[in-house]
Amino acid sequence: MITAIITISLLAILFGLLLGYSSIKFHVDGDPIVDQIDSLLPQTQCGQCGYAGCRPYAEAIAEGEIANKCPPGGEVTMIALSELLGRDPVTLEDAEAAEKPKSVAYIVEEECIGCTLCIQACPVDAILGAAKSMHTVIKSECTGCELCIPPCPVECIHMHPVETGITGWKWPFPQNDQSVQETS
Amino acid sequence: MHSHGSTFSTKRKLWHFHGGLHLEDHKSMSLQSPIVSVPVPEKVIMPLQQHIGEPPEVIVAVGDKVEKGQLLAQAKDYVSASLHASTSGSVIAIDQQAVPHPSGLKDLCITIEADGKDAWYSDLPEPMQPFQDFSAAELRERIRWAGIVGLGGATFPSGVKLNPGPNKDIQTLIVNAAECEPYISCDDALMQSHADEILQGILITLHVLQADHCLIGIEDNKPEAVKAMQAAIDQAETENIEIIVIPTIYPSGGEKQLIKILTGLEVPRHGIPADIGLVCHNVATLFAIYEAVELGHPLISRLVTVTGEGVAEPKNMRVANGTPINYLIEQAGGYQKTVKELILGGPMMGFTLNDDNLPASKGTNCILVTTYENTPPNSEAIACIRCGKCASVCPANLLPQQLYWFARAKDFDNVQEYNLFDCIECGCCAHVCPSHIPLVQYYRFAKTEVWDREEEKRKSDIARRRHEFREARLARIKAEKQAKLRKKKDALTGKGSASKDPQKAAIEAAMKRVAEKKKQLMDAGVKPANTEGLTEAQKKQIEAVDKRREKRPS
Repeated sequence: MITAIITISLLAILFGLLLGYSSIKFHVDGDPIVDQIDSLLPQTQCGQCGYAGCRPYAEAIAEGEIANKCPPGGEVTMIALSELLGRDPVTLEDAEAAEKPKSVAYIVEEECIGCTLCIQACPVDAILGAAKSMHTVIKSECTGCELCIPPCPVECIHMHPVETGITGWKWPFPQNDQSVQETS
Repeated sequence: MHSHGSTFSTKRKLWHFHGGLHLEDHKSMSLQSPIVSVPVPEKVIMPLQQHIGEPPEVIVAVGDKVEKGQLLAQAKDYVSASLHASTSGSVIAIDQQAVPHPSGLKDLCITIEADGKDAWYSDLPEPMQPFQDFSAAELRERIRWAGIVGLGGATFPSGVKLNPGPNKDIQTLIVNAAECEPYISCDDALMQSHADEILQGILITLHVLQADHCLIGIEDNKPEAVKAMQAAIDQAETENIEIIVIPTIYPSGGEKQLIKILTGLEVPRHGIPADIGLVCHNVATLFAIYEAVELGHPLISRLVTVTGEGVAEPKNMRVANGTPINYLIEQAGGYQKTVKELILGGPMMGFTLNDDNLPASKGTNCILVTTYENTPPNSEAIACIRCGKCASVCPANLLPQQLYWFARAKDFDNVQEYNLFDCIECGCCAHVCPSHIPLVQYYRFAKTEVWDREEEKRKSDIARRRHEFREARLARIKAEKQAKLRKKKDALTGKGSASKDPQKAAIEAAMKRVAEKKKQLMDAGVKPANTEGLTEAQKKQIEAVDKRREKRPS
């Protein structure tokens, strides 16, 4: 009886020490799952999910938020997130928004009054300009988040769909395969 | 049946690649009549992007008079190809024009209105004769200047391929003369008519690569070409060039497949032939190299096979770059009545064009016009019955059926896991599929989708970095502002260390240092040395002082 108690206690102490040591030795800073989720999100920082950006949404997803609130990422992102987290895929919250073509902001330069409000709103510093000087969008850096549109007092910012040239062209999904319609 | 007079090829062992198909070749159709030189049309439309890599930079303007062979656009990037005028005339437009591409989209083109003189540019570079007197770098520069790209269809800049780098020792040049795809016969025709020039191109390339051996792979359905090439080799009395006649199996003309047949070696995954000491060039490319080096002519024309049951007189034509396809069809006697499709390339790997008013470019080796009578009706795809025929014919040793399921489900991780990018899109799997599933279309879809995702990912990483930088900057500015405010507030209220007199601070610091030193000495057991041998009165005085000290707050 005593031997048993002593053995179990010793084992408990041994494993306790081992665990304690491991937690120090293999300590991980931050939450790696948040980084992984964040890397799958499209980084438009548009806030359409209701969070202040992609990282906050990633943090929320890690804590159990549904991964279907990202229209720019669309179905692809939702599926990738579901796979990463081992959750069941869900339908997109706003499927309509997800189907919008990719676009970038465009400032009508004759109308711009140089108020800098859009510069302050841009989450990726893609708008160039100074007070009382005309502003312009750096096309290659714009994520198409549309956050610059509401602050503009003269409504001179429009969204232009991104043109796909030959280099960015994608082969379409085959249309003449009847079996796809039958089974899915 | 590998001999055809060569002493080498009888000894040589041939290897097999996995799968492949025996197809009806339909090549004799376009070999009945001799090669014709197509007269230059009224205008030629030359796309800037006729190759893999970056487009060249336009150096002419609308209205400029140009001559045949004059540089129109200069390659700036390493993987790029220059573009030269294919005839003399004036530049009438530099704009977006429809180009031969599966997307049907427009791309930047230079349009030249021909003046009918077809006069050569007066300032062309001197011929480099004999080529042995020139260094590899000089010859490579010439080939690069000439805008030569792989003319077998891949259109990869040849100058890049001829510069494998200092760590790669090239032993063997593989000449791809297999021309395995049905209907196409331009390489066959070229070998029959220009064997000497091709041989000269081979010798130049061997010199550039410092390679000592050359294997020419020709399918056994081209006996005339083999004869012509062998005659040229015999005449030149070179010993290190061998013709190897290979069995006609599609796709033996695939680079990796041909290397496997001729050498038994396999090009490593994600690797290039140069990794195993080989460089592979198409015969037409070697002919273009000959023209560039020995004549000083840039690549401005090529042989094109215009064939199929849908044209009246199928034939091979020498075509100026930028000649419209409908003009070539006219030269071949025009369309027959029951035309079904216009295909750019061969029946296996080509793609359908919806318009014939498109220019022929450097990569255009064949224009195929099919008819309803001679092609099976388009059958609708039905469900996969998992027969596995596709896997048995795949020359890349892939699992086409698995790739199909994954591509269909848009599972792009798994398509890569199953090596989609080793697929050469030869079309064997789709050809044998009893359910008529457009397999290659699925693979092409998946490939471009994967590339697109990679691009998106790259962009989103940049966006993340920019966003994080912005957040950090905003936080820093906020912190700096707050620090400034605090300082101001402190200065106003006169509190804190900022309001102290500097002299007083110096005294305080000195006192502190002394006290610290004293304490150190005390701790070490060292007492003031002058306490010995004192009178009673002195001792009392010291005690009184110490007492006062204790009372005073430190």
